[in-house]
Amino acid sequence: MVTSTKRRPGPAKVLPGASRARQLRTINGAAAPNLAVRGLKGVVLLISCALVIAPFLAVISTSLADQAQIAEAGGYVLWPQNPSLDAYRAIFSGGVVTRATLVSIGVTLVGSGLSVLVVAFLAYSLSRPGSWGHRPILLLVLFTMLFNAGMIPNYLLIKQLGLIDSYWSLILPTLVSAFQVVIVRAFFLEVPQEIIDAARIDGASELQILVRIMMPLSRAVLAVVALFNAVSYWSAFFNAVLYINSTEKWPLQLVLRTYVIDNTAVGADLPGEVVPPQQSLQMAILVVSLIPICLVYPFLQKHFAKGVVIGAVKG
Amino acid sequence: MASSVVPRGPATDPHAPAGVTAGGPAKGPGTTGAPPPSTGRPPAPANRRPSGWQRFKRDRFLLLLGLPGVFVVLLFQYVPLLGNVIAFKDYQPYLTIAESPWVGFDNFRIIFNGDPAFLNALTNTLIISFLQIALVFPVPIGLALLLNSLLSERIKRVAQSILYLPHFMSWVIVVALFQHMLGNAGLYNTWARMQELPLIEVIGNPDLFLALITSQVIWKDAGWGTIIFLAAISRVDLELFEAVAVDGGGRLRQLWHVTLPAIRPVIILLFILKLGDVLSVGFEQIFLQQGPVGLEASEVLDTYVYNYGIVGGNWGTSAAVGLVKGLVGAILVLGANKVAHLFGERGLYAKW
Repeated sequence: MVTSTKRRPGPAKVLPGASRARQLRTINGAAAPNLAVRGLKGVVLLISCALVIAPFLAVISTSLADQAQIAEAGGYVLWPQNPSLDAYRAIFSGGVVTRATLVSIGVTLVGSGLSVLVVAFLAYSLSRPGSWGHRPILLLVLFTMLFNAGMIPNYLLIKQLGLIDSYWSLILPTLVSAFQVVIVRAFFLEVPQEIIDAARIDGASELQILVRIMMPLSRAVLAVVALFNAVSYWSAFFNAVLYINSTEKWPLQLVLRTYVIDNTAVGADLPGEVVPPQQSLQMAILVVSLIPICLVYPFLQKHFAKGVVIGAVKG
Repeated sequence: MASSVVPRGPATDPHAPAGVTAGGPAKGPGTTGAPPPSTGRPPAPANRRPSGWQRFKRDRFLLLLGLPGVFVVLLFQYVPLLGNVIAFKDYQPYLTIAESPWVGFDNFRIIFNGDPAFLNALTNTLIISFLQIALVFPVPIGLALLLNSLLSERIKRVAQSILYLPHFMSWVIVVALFQHMLGNAGLYNTWARMQELPLIEVIGNPDLFLALITSQVIWKDAGWGTIIFLAAISRVDLELFEAVAVDGGGRLRQLWHVTLPAIRPVIILLFILKLGDVLSVGFEQIFLQQGPVGLEASEVLDTYVYNYGIVGGNWGTSAAVGLVKGLVGAILVLGANKVAHLFGERGLYAKW
């Protein structure tokens, strides 16, 4: 890792007046660190990255490995010799994992879709300076960042609304986050007022302005909000523990807890003993729960730094 | 960055003439004999400002758009706030909240009389919080400085992609990964048994529980935490680095005199947020791992509220604990922010 580190400062760091030879040895005018320091950095970085990657690698490999190799390795493999999809076929042949995956996909799609719409609408209605009531409403939303009610009152509310054991109990409580409203509103405020005025002269309604102008211009932030919501709906665990009673409505995270963390035998026909095929079944469930995150990760990564900074520094 | 986020300071000014900034020429503010829209900002006289009713009528569709969001916020954030009254009631699940009898501060007695289970949860919470502030908080700062000091942009980007990833994994996934790596039948111990190396018993070991959850938090979020520090560093004026170099300072001096002061406001900001969370420590993370470890080592305030309230049926008392926890958290954030202001830092909500 270190050896590939060229003594080449990034273009932005090059001093304009310095000669090329000087540029090669200095960064921001100070001397480049010596080999030992760079070696140490490389080792620290390499170990950090390996600690992150290794568990994922082991999980994916074990889920793909065949029974013989798992038995030989004693449970886990770092590289599958004869990769097979048997474990995936088994868990997707119907039954609890298949159903839970569909539940999770449904909750994630409906939840993140609804969420981005409601957040965008609210952010838009708060993005017009001087509009009626925008300040109290904004404060009303912002206050929720400071204080939330706590678990018991939330549970009682869901119960009183009759949402226990309903998929809506997983979707509605986390539909609007004040933080996301603030971010989207900040983007809407950046759209030049002249564009909106021009659209209004042309007879556009508020909804048309929002859908035809604001939302396309803020596509990046809306995509990030949608993806963040998707990740959190996909990962939501405790709401399901609280509100979902019947096993056939379990989302994937509960299945993961039951079969992978608590070691309940998958398929229920085997006793709690961990036997090799059980291992790859468990790892396959884990991988299934990883896949959507890994699919949206590149898109998230493209934009998230900006969103986080806006959100955390709050203007 | 700051300027791009709040781009129209003057326009959000409550005293700005609303008709001029918001009404636009097409609809008009509804005033009679309004001056023709000019390129400048005519200082509209106060009596030209449309009345509340006029503005309400003008903005009714805008308000309609915001309605679903406001409704969700009111229903799922504010109604539960009201639901906290059960902290002052003897709530019976078969009665409604209104029908349950008032008991005053009886439910708070468990806190002030020092119920052992409650004290255990409180102690564990504070210990875990302290560990997170002392051990977890500095890691992203160090990692950000390391990433920033890399000469190769490509290596930096690859490392960032890898290190950010665990943040997006749910706690269920992270706990499952740790169990399967470090559990008694996990990857390491399986391998160690074959090599006849000493086994390490981490999962389900109450003595190592604190170390386990602390390392899980670092594994999950240290990389993610670097983002904000890197952003702060990237905003530093390069001339400052050059000035240090001109004065004969090396890279360490640049770090000490430029980079660290540049990220100080961000460090303080995040520290304040962390302080506000001092009574909420990784609920899902701990809940998932309570079984094999036992409550004595693993019970924290949030899990106590769940176990004692929802599982145990002690609704009122448990709500009282949750209420005190939330209030203390809010007071801590506001107090810490006040202190930050006293020290001349921007703190949490200077802009709002």
